[in-house]
Amino acid sequence: MRKAFVFRFLEALDARQQLALAAFLAVTLLLVPILHLALPPGNVFHVSTYAITLLGKIMCYAIVAVAMDLIWGYGGILSLGHGIFFALGGYAFGMYLMRQIGRDGSYHSDLPDFMVFLDWKELPWYWTGSDNFLWAALLVIAVPALVAFIFGYFAFRSRIKGVYFSIITQALTYAAMLLFFRNETGFGGNNGFTDFKRVLGYTITSPETRLVLFGITASVLAATFVFARWLVASKFGRVLTAIRDAESRVMFIGYDPLWFKLFIWTLSAMLCGIAGALYVPQVGIINPSEMSVANSIEIAVWVAVGGRGTLIGPIVGAFAVNLAKSWFTVSFPEYWLFFLGLLFIVVTLLLPQGLVGLWRMLRQAKA
Amino acid sequence: MSARDVLRKIIGIELDENSPFGYPARQHALDISHNVILYLDEITVSFDGFKALNKLNLMIDAGELRCIIGPNGAGKTTMMDVITGKTRSDSGTAFFGQSIDLSRLTEAEIAQAGIGRKFQKPTLFEHHSVFENLELAMTTDKRARVTLTACLRDEDRDRIADTLRLIRLDGETDRPAGLLSHGQKQWLEIGMLLMQDPRLLLLDEPVAGMTDDETMRTAELFVSLAGKHSLVVVEHDMAFVKALGGKVTVLHEGSVLAEGDLDAVQNDQRVIEVYLGR
Repeated sequence: MRKAFVFRFLEALDARQQLALAAFLAVTLLLVPILHLALPPGNVFHVSTYAITLLGKIMCYAIVAVAMDLIWGYGGILSLGHGIFFALGGYAFGMYLMRQIGRDGSYHSDLPDFMVFLDWKELPWYWTGSDNFLWAALLVIAVPALVAFIFGYFAFRSRIKGVYFSIITQALTYAAMLLFFRNETGFGGNNGFTDFKRVLGYTITSPETRLVLFGITASVLAATFVFARWLVASKFGRVLTAIRDAESRVMFIGYDPLWFKLFIWTLSAMLCGIAGALYVPQVGIINPSEMSVANSIEIAVWVAVGGRGTLIGPIVGAFAVNLAKSWFTVSFPEYWLFFLGLLFIVVTLLLPQGLVGLWRMLRQAKA
Repeated sequence: MSARDVLRKIIGIELDENSPFGYPARQHALDISHNVILYLDEITVSFDGFKALNKLNLMIDAGELRCIIGPNGAGKTTMMDVITGKTRSDSGTAFFGQSIDLSRLTEAEIAQAGIGRKFQKPTLFEHHSVFENLELAMTTDKRARVTLTACLRDEDRDRIADTLRLIRLDGETDRPAGLLSHGQKQWLEIGMLLMQDPRLLLLDEPVAGMTDDETMRTAELFVSLAGKHSLVVVEHDMAFVKALGGKVTVLHEGSVLAEGDLDAVQNDQRVIEVYLGR
């Protein structure tokens, strides 16, 4: 008998992982909402709005980290420009959020404020349909996928690998950032999109909306993890790691690496797009700095710190680095970048398997 | 010009007539009606002016076991690179059977068409288990989207188990390939070739690093494979070449110097000069 779709994916997890997944979903979908809504702000166990926004944001980053691990940890392809896919997803959903503002903007116009400011009289053609939620949701996935597919097709077909590929991805995201900085591009220039009011008609800053977005993000993170586990345990995953380890051997036994790389690359971009779309309504802003080279490098740092090729490591890495970042940028804002650089050097030199590798080493030492 | 031709020009892939996505439904039917499985005709390859292959002519019959010998730099490995698509020849033609033009196919397509290769230095997937190495090599539909949902059938498991016994690695099934001894790695790579079930096997120094006993077992295996498969073996070990017993081709400076059975070749004056005259 064919098993239900979901169960086939869940089988890729062992008992311990299934338990951890259930615990994660229980905390994010039940415990956090209850502690946020039922307890007064003064209570010790109250989860503040700040904490929910911060954790929601980090979970978006964690989705990106898993997507990065799929291509880097398993496919051996280091992208230093993954921010572009995250930002494209964010911008695609941001267009919808801009249209949801309606006439409540500063200029009380049907057009987004920045267009009124530029003295535009009508929406550019590519904003067509942006007031439709489903169309926006489609763009969130389709735009990063299309960009990744076209870029990946030519890069992989030309057999560009290693550091050359990484440099080209940097150039891609940098070029996109310069494009989005321009007012003429029609995405709000260097201010990007902000001042969102509603999503699907609900007030975007209300506790309930925040909790729903938080819950959706947690569910998407969980689903991404389960799907990625299933994928790397499949024969496809084994071919992918074989390409990482000995690409020419893979060709001589009859697999064309192009399509394997292209699939995982495009999938990774789509996951980043979804993460970006979840990020924007929670953080309340998207601007071209998301496409900056430094942001994309940070993604690689999360994965390296957590431990690449483990899937769980990048999630741990995304949480650890970003929690450290939010503490540092409040306490010692000027030292954050030094700390990040130091962290990367320490991990590269001493912990090639990251935090997960450290954890495994400690457990083995104990046993 | 049709839309298909335009697309072909822009993206540079040959589209298949039957499949809208063009990849890779092309089936390469091997035609050995003239009883010849491989034709190399006037193949020339030069690297920065150095002619690694110089108007090389070679014909391998279907079911034949051919040994290629020759001093270092004679072009043996380059010849295998040309056949498997790793290196493109500057001139000349390479045909697999009557109809498959090897110069038009990618490495993966050539492998799919039925040419398997064993490298001089064993190249395995070191992080994968012995079982997984064989599983990945096994003949099956190797397109990405099919691989995504592929699972092992019982007969596949049986085939892998048979091969494991044949290469005497059935006790090491779950061991990472990187941890095997050098001789075991050689055997595993031969096992991967067998799983691929190619029509033509190219073996580059397959017994390097093997004990005498292992070498003779390998020779037995190859002799038993000949007939159903065609084999081209590059080897320096003359005892091994003798044990294989097939026709011998001597390469020198990128072209064929002599061809015949081992005794005849060994007594050929030019061959003696090439091997001993330096």
